[in-house]
Amino acid sequence: MILPEVNWAAVMPSVILTVVGITVLCWELWMKEQDRKYLAWLSLAGVAGAALFSYTLWGRNESAFNGMLALDAYALFFNLIICLATGMTVLMSRHYVENNELPAGEYYALLLFAAVGMMLMAAATDLIVIFLGLETMSMAVYVLTGIRRQNVKANEAALKYFLLGAFASGFFLYGVALVYGVTGSVKLGEVATYISTHFSDGAGSPMLLAGMVLLIVGFGFKVAAAPFHAWAPDVYEGAPTTITAFMAVGVKAAAFASFVRVFLLSFGALHGQWEAILWALAVLTMIVGNLTALVQDNIKRMLAYSSIAHAGYLLVAMVAGGELGGAALMYYLVAYGLMNLGAFAIVVAVGKKGEPNEEFNDYAGLGFRYPGLAMMMTIFMLSLTGIPPLVGFTGKFYVFSAAVKAGYIWLAVIGVLNSVVSAYYYIRVVVTMYMQEGEKQVEPLSTRPALATAIVAATVGTIMVGVLPAKPMALARHSFASLQKPAQTASSTPKKDQAATSTPTATAPSKTPHH
Amino acid sequence: MEHAHAAATAAVHTVTYLRWIVFLPLIGVLFNLFVAPRTGRRGVNLVAPGVILGAFLVALTAFFDLKELAPGSALVDSVYPWITAGELHIDFALRVDALSAVMILIVTGVGFLIHVYSTGYMAHDEDFARFFTYLNLFTASMLLLVLGENLALLFVGWEGVGLCSYLLIGFWYTDPEKAKAGNKAFIVNRIGDAGFLLGMFLLFWTLGEQGIWTLSFSEIQTNIDKLAVMPSVITAICLLLFVGATGKSAQIPLFVWLPDAMAGPTPVSALIHAATMVTAGIYMMARLHFLYTLSPDALSIIAWVGAATAFFAATIGFAQTDIKKVLAYSTVSQLGYMVLGVGVGAYGAGVFHLMTHAFFKALLFLGAGSVIHGMHEEQDIRKMGGLLKRMPITGWTFLIGCVAIAGVPGLSGHYSKDLILEEAYGKSILLYVVGTVGAGMTAFYMFRLFFVTFWKETRASHEMTHHIHESPWTMTLPLVILAGLSIIGGWHFVFPVSQWLEPIFGGHHPHVPAIIQFMPTVMGFLGIALAYMMYGRKANPAEGMEEPLDAWHKGALHKWYIDEMYDAVIVRPMTALADGLWKVIDVKVIDATVNDTAQVTGIFGGALRLWQTGNVQNYAMSFLIGAMAIFGLGYYLW
Repeated sequence: MILPEVNWAAVMPSVILTVVGITVLCWELWMKEQDRKYLAWLSLAGVAGAALFSYTLWGRNESAFNGMLALDAYALFFNLIICLATGMTVLMSRHYVENNELPAGEYYALLLFAAVGMMLMAAATDLIVIFLGLETMSMAVYVLTGIRRQNVKANEAALKYFLLGAFASGFFLYGVALVYGVTGSVKLGEVATYISTHFSDGAGSPMLLAGMVLLIVGFGFKVAAAPFHAWAPDVYEGAPTTITAFMAVGVKAAAFASFVRVFLLSFGALHGQWEAILWALAVLTMIVGNLTALVQDNIKRMLAYSSIAHAGYLLVAMVAGGELGGAALMYYLVAYGLMNLGAFAIVVAVGKKGEPNEEFNDYAGLGFRYPGLAMMMTIFMLSLTGIPPLVGFTGKFYVFSAAVKAGYIWLAVIGVLNSVVSAYYYIRVVVTMYMQEGEKQVEPLSTRPALATAIVAATVGTIMVGVLPAKPMALARHSFASLQKPAQTASSTPKKDQAATSTPTATAPSKTPHH
Repeated sequence: MEHAHAAATAAVHTVTYLRWIVFLPLIGVLFNLFVAPRTGRRGVNLVAPGVILGAFLVALTAFFDLKELAPGSALVDSVYPWITAGELHIDFALRVDALSAVMILIVTGVGFLIHVYSTGYMAHDEDFARFFTYLNLFTASMLLLVLGENLALLFVGWEGVGLCSYLLIGFWYTDPEKAKAGNKAFIVNRIGDAGFLLGMFLLFWTLGEQGIWTLSFSEIQTNIDKLAVMPSVITAICLLLFVGATGKSAQIPLFVWLPDAMAGPTPVSALIHAATMVTAGIYMMARLHFLYTLSPDALSIIAWVGAATAFFAATIGFAQTDIKKVLAYSTVSQLGYMVLGVGVGAYGAGVFHLMTHAFFKALLFLGAGSVIHGMHEEQDIRKMGGLLKRMPITGWTFLIGCVAIAGVPGLSGHYSKDLILEEAYGKSILLYVVGTVGAGMTAFYMFRLFFVTFWKETRASHEMTHHIHESPWTMTLPLVILAGLSIIGGWHFVFPVSQWLEPIFGGHHPHVPAIIQFMPTVMGFLGIALAYMMYGRKANPAEGMEEPLDAWHKGALHKWYIDEMYDAVIVRPMTALADGLWKVIDVKVIDATVNDTAQVTGIFGGALRLWQTGNVQNYAMSFLIGAMAIFGLGYYLW
């Protein structure tokens, strides 16, 4: 019997969020109606605390809980992305929740719990713990999707998301089972060691490959990669806009975090087997996302397809692999997060209770009634298109040059052509705002300070991270490098020469972890 | 290659002031955005042209500093390390050498005049601050484009100018026609940009394969020998980048956006769609001349595209009756000459023509703007006439512009155009013939324009005639200065452009027979004479221009139905594909289910109904098929 080795530092950000989440939930019970706004500030403080704690942990590289979690720069980088997504969502939600009369306590608590699940996914080095994080996150998001109980679309979205999510979880778990069946472990490090010793030719066995494919399906669902994307537009459209933003950025980031960790770490030796699959998925995802976005008339739906397309670009980075591809993926997630959160925040600003204003037509004439708001929306759209010097361009530049450097010329070519197609639907927003006369006068809530803060912050980020990309990229590289040389997890796994003799059930006991 | 070698050994001087050439217009942008609402028109009129004047002075300083140095030297200002990815380091670095020195002087010099002109032209527009924001931003982007020391930075400027052009074309957004034009410009240019990006990545990768990860012009040039062993790859790179150039510089087949771009305010047409932005493609190819020189195949394609564009656009210019449209097709045609120059390896001549064209075409456009201003937004030349008497400064300077573009000896256009045609003769007699015939056509349609607009008596309504007036000094002074430049711009003793550029491109002057030298001039005079006979002698030059006559005339008037063809061949199939894909892959469920569920009371009922409509099952099915497909792919691969 091995006693669990507790490393509080590794889970501290999640603990902070959990405690704040529970506090929010309880506090709401005896709080006055007009004090509800404090829930948002408390949640924001919690997110800030988690981010700050993650920041102070920077530089540590150790494993925790008998190799179930890693405390490495990689996980911390994702913690920061998750905190960014959650924090921005809270800012956007401050008035949205109030206007739409959503139950504030549940709303913020679920948001924080979802973030906990995400952080768990980013840090997990054990397939079961990944699953745990995945479900923690998903359950919370399912509920958040349908939190507008009186709204038919929202209900439909939540139910669809839940049913298909459960379906995907089935695939994922089955994949885990097969991988366990072959390698005798669910720990990523041990799986990696087993594969590199037993399948040193990189071929794998049918069962292992089947398990791998099932994991791809599971992750593919969460990142909304085609052909597992069908849920995304419906769910994104039906969910409250704030939650759509949260899903598009947070869920995607967390899913990619563990997708990359599993595939580059555990299945790294099988790269030759999965690269072609992910190559195909990336191409399909980009094409389906971009082409279908062309014909949308609803901005939220358009952004949903756009986020599918961006999952495609992220997959390109993943296929490219290597230090550069990994770092490009992480940088791209930051870029994508900033511009997408900004765009969704503007959709929130334009919407009103009972009048979502989500059609393209509702944006007509916004340019001359609200020049500031329209200018920032233009910046987000241009960035999503990939116009320099905004962050979307730098991100795409990193991704495609990583693909080119790794020799995936055609993937880069397809990616570039896709980003050209995407110009058409992003610019349509700008055209509508600046060059069409509005039929009705939409009154945005842009003057609300919390929402305005979120929009301005996203704008500044979109410009600054694009103009000065060196520092974030260096951070991303550093973080990704910490993944490449896994921490002391390795000390708990058998060394290569011993691995051949160790039976699947006999996991070597861990040595004293370093601190 | 010896000149490349010479450039490599020449000194590179580090300076820190070049950044102000870009930063000053950016300061103008910030001012117009945030301070202008407080200062009003007066502040904007002072600051917006002021920052460009400042940039011009810095550019002049750079020019004279460069002149002091040995030929082939350059000034470099490394602002900060911009992108690092592995071995690739891209600096935000600006570089002034003989080529970019010419470019920044054109951009800031002509740009300043147009800014001044705009203060007059936009005097009655409410939205002047937004206008100058875009104009300053454009200038900053254009300067970045020509100063950027590497291909990535050039691309930043490249996209920036495209964006501003788009915003300015659609400046008067209330007009759906104009918004559409802006949209078209953006999308056509994105197609070109795709070519540019692919070319850039291919170059990046090809050099990378040789162990050199760089996008810096000087480093590419130093390592060009390593590429020289792969002629087909070089041809591919050159042609992909050229696709980008056909977009930006309005060549066949991507020229369609430029005539529509005339929807923007006229100073914009002068600055962006005549003098500066549209020459970006030519500049880019001249900048990469060491690459293009290695691919004779690419060059000959480029030469033919250029010649064809020069000729083809001129035929369309014959039939247009909108003053700006004539000038637009003339611009497309003249850009064709510059591309022809690049294609025959006469980069210096191409850039020389770029410069003279910037002078006389900016002059012509600003003159047209002055006419439109004076005629209260009338652009149809059939309703003009006799303006020489009523707007003498505009009329006479316009005439100078026409003479310059027609290639009359003594004026700038003559020298640069003839140089290109002589070099073309050195490559192929056919290119020369097409270009020379085009020169005659240019002279003809330009003088047709002049006679119909300025000659004889006015055809404007009586009431209108009263209101026709010469423009204010802010508009006429730039006209006079540009007219001066259009005259002296080609004079060797004023500024020997080809000689100045020799350290970069090398010098080789083909010896051509005298008849070849004189032919373009003869054609020019013929064109002018023909225009005079057909239009100048009539009491009413516009007579017979009312309706299209024959099939040829009609075809030219309708731009040979190019837009219609693109719509049928590209736009509609694409839309149909996207629509089909959406309907097939993403079964349109929302509408169906929402309509169904709305009739079912109770959420649970709705939920159950969801199951029964089968949509979730559809999704799950697509999911399963996807998973099976992956297994299938795996089976195939493994």
